[in-house]
Amino acid sequence: MLEVRNVSRTYGEAHALRDVSVTIQDGQFFSLLGPSGCGKTTLLRIIAGFEDPSQGQVFHKEKRIDNVPANRRRFNMVFQRYALFPHLNVKQNVAFGLQMKKTPSAEVEQRVSEMLSMVQMETYGTRGVTTLSGGQQQRVALARALVNRPEILLLDEPLSALDLKLRQQMQVELLSIQRRLKHTFIFVTHDQEEALTLSDRVAVMNKGRIEQVGTPQEIYEYPKTEFVARFIGSINVLGGEVGDGAADSLSFVGPGKRPFIIKASRDGSRPLPSFAKGTKVSLLVRPEKLKLLKSAPGPEQNTLEGTLKEVLYQGPITQLFVQPKETQGPVWVISQPNTAVTARKQFNLGEKVYVSWLPEDCLLLEKDGNGSGG
Amino acid sequence: MEAVASRPIARLDRRIFLALPALIWFLGFLLIPLFIVVIYSLATRGEYGAVTFNFSLGNYFRIFDSVYLKIFLRSLQLAAVTSISCLLLGFPVAYVMATASPRWRQILMAMVVIPFWTNFVIRAYAIKFLLSDYGLINSLGMFLHLWSEPIYFSNSAFSVWLGMVTNYIPFMILPLYVSLEKFDFTMLEAARDLGASSWNSFWKVLVPLIKTGLITGLIFVFTPALGEFVVPDLLGGAKTMLIGNLITEQFMKTRDWPFGSALSLLLIVAVLVSLTIYLTNRDSRVQH
Repeated sequence: MLEVRNVSRTYGEAHALRDVSVTIQDGQFFSLLGPSGCGKTTLLRIIAGFEDPSQGQVFHKEKRIDNVPANRRRFNMVFQRYALFPHLNVKQNVAFGLQMKKTPSAEVEQRVSEMLSMVQMETYGTRGVTTLSGGQQQRVALARALVNRPEILLLDEPLSALDLKLRQQMQVELLSIQRRLKHTFIFVTHDQEEALTLSDRVAVMNKGRIEQVGTPQEIYEYPKTEFVARFIGSINVLGGEVGDGAADSLSFVGPGKRPFIIKASRDGSRPLPSFAKGTKVSLLVRPEKLKLLKSAPGPEQNTLEGTLKEVLYQGPITQLFVQPKETQGPVWVISQPNTAVTARKQFNLGEKVYVSWLPEDCLLLEKDGNGSGG
Repeated sequence: MEAVASRPIARLDRRIFLALPALIWFLGFLLIPLFIVVIYSLATRGEYGAVTFNFSLGNYFRIFDSVYLKIFLRSLQLAAVTSISCLLLGFPVAYVMATASPRWRQILMAMVVIPFWTNFVIRAYAIKFLLSDYGLINSLGMFLHLWSEPIYFSNSAFSVWLGMVTNYIPFMILPLYVSLEKFDFTMLEAARDLGASSWNSFWKVLVPLIKTGLITGLIFVFTPALGEFVVPDLLGGAKTMLIGNLITEQFMKTRDWPFGSALSLLLIVAVLVSLTIYLTNRDSRVQH
């Protein structure tokens, strides 16, 4: 178990990390996700030992490690640009860590070739690393780190330099390697899709703080802050305030004529938020929770009237853009799966439409300082 | 077909045309004189400094006289000590320059280069005055009561060493800086991450990757330092004979041009040997 306790890191006046605490369980694929400059790489480098926290401590297996130098921590890192040694060949690169630990040469030989076959590079042993493609260098970098059997493998945006297809292929390989070895992986990325696909748990970071830690599903379905909601996937936002409450619902008074109803999710994983009447809040709905209708539905559904602005066919789904009637805010995005049912309903641009969703499918969050649309 | 075939040749012609002035220069002022030196080295000194072309290897055998070998070894020693001193003192400077902010880089670069705007004889005299019995260093030392009698710095091995290092250290710093500036410092993090100590990170990762700059710097210092005689003359009091003095003397005083030629060729061979070592090392790196 790795525990980061109240870690801050400042560079002069700039705060890279502000009082970050997080616990990472053994054997997890844990992602640090956030936009560039959010502090995710700084946090990874503090865990690796390349940087010291200005405040706070890091514990591993209940032992304090933030004062242990990087070369004495049993963690290994896969660097963003791989940082392979250009003067050594593939085998020598992979063997480097074992040789530093004075491992007997027969064992080095065996472990290196095992690792190279695991990353499917066994035929490249004597090749110079500068002659390899990006994907191959990536595999060597992974082998060079994993051959040391690290207690934690740290990955600093290792896939960002690869093209899309190779990246997806490497994601699958990374995941299968992690499942097989059951090492803890700490993975830094700015790609939310990558984080959702790979991780057991994700920490979403913003401006040096961790905004939310949870499973990919929790992060996507029940974001705790507007930042998280907006950063992961796309989401439609309306500004307004809390209206009257009932036993199992809250109302949201927005720009529309009729207040919207919010209910707890059916599985209970997201309870009804407890806001006082009059609190400034944002109402958020994911595009795939929305339905587009030609006529207004019944009052048990929330409905927003608007004009259809654009239809984008994207293969598995179609994205529809609607300008809500009562607001000057940004257009709403609706994504519909392309099925026989949706194909039957043809909408024309400029047509008057109704966007509707269930009270369980929307979120109510305190208004973000960063400003919101709607 | 003809047009396709002739085009690369035409382009090659043009490139040769551009290189021609330098090639003529090289031929006329380096290769031909060098050939003349080789011819002279095989001749013998006649009476009153005349030259008899009798194609003997006698001059080369004369070099192996212990007197001349000692002079040659002394020059080698001076060049080696200078090169190593420049390396040890210059490496930290190059390292700081390569890792400094762009602004500090410029300032440090200027500090390394500006002394070169002065003639080296003037620089040597400046050191002489600094180190003289009542020069700046002695005056300051006595003023601060660090010592009471003037310390005899001038015309010593120390002042020669100081002059040589002052003269040649930029030739070490600049190539080292070029290598270090291109060096990806995450390599050192990678090495530490893989459990390497500072010692191993330095020797197994940094040094192999800046080898080109290191060897270039050593050659840039060693080669001219081997033939240097002005600095030792000015700062060492012209007490010791070096290969540079010896060669000058053969041409200017003793008027033994054949022997002077043979000595010059020895110097060139010594440099060529070190260059060969350099080039084979560089080739082995490219092969990786």
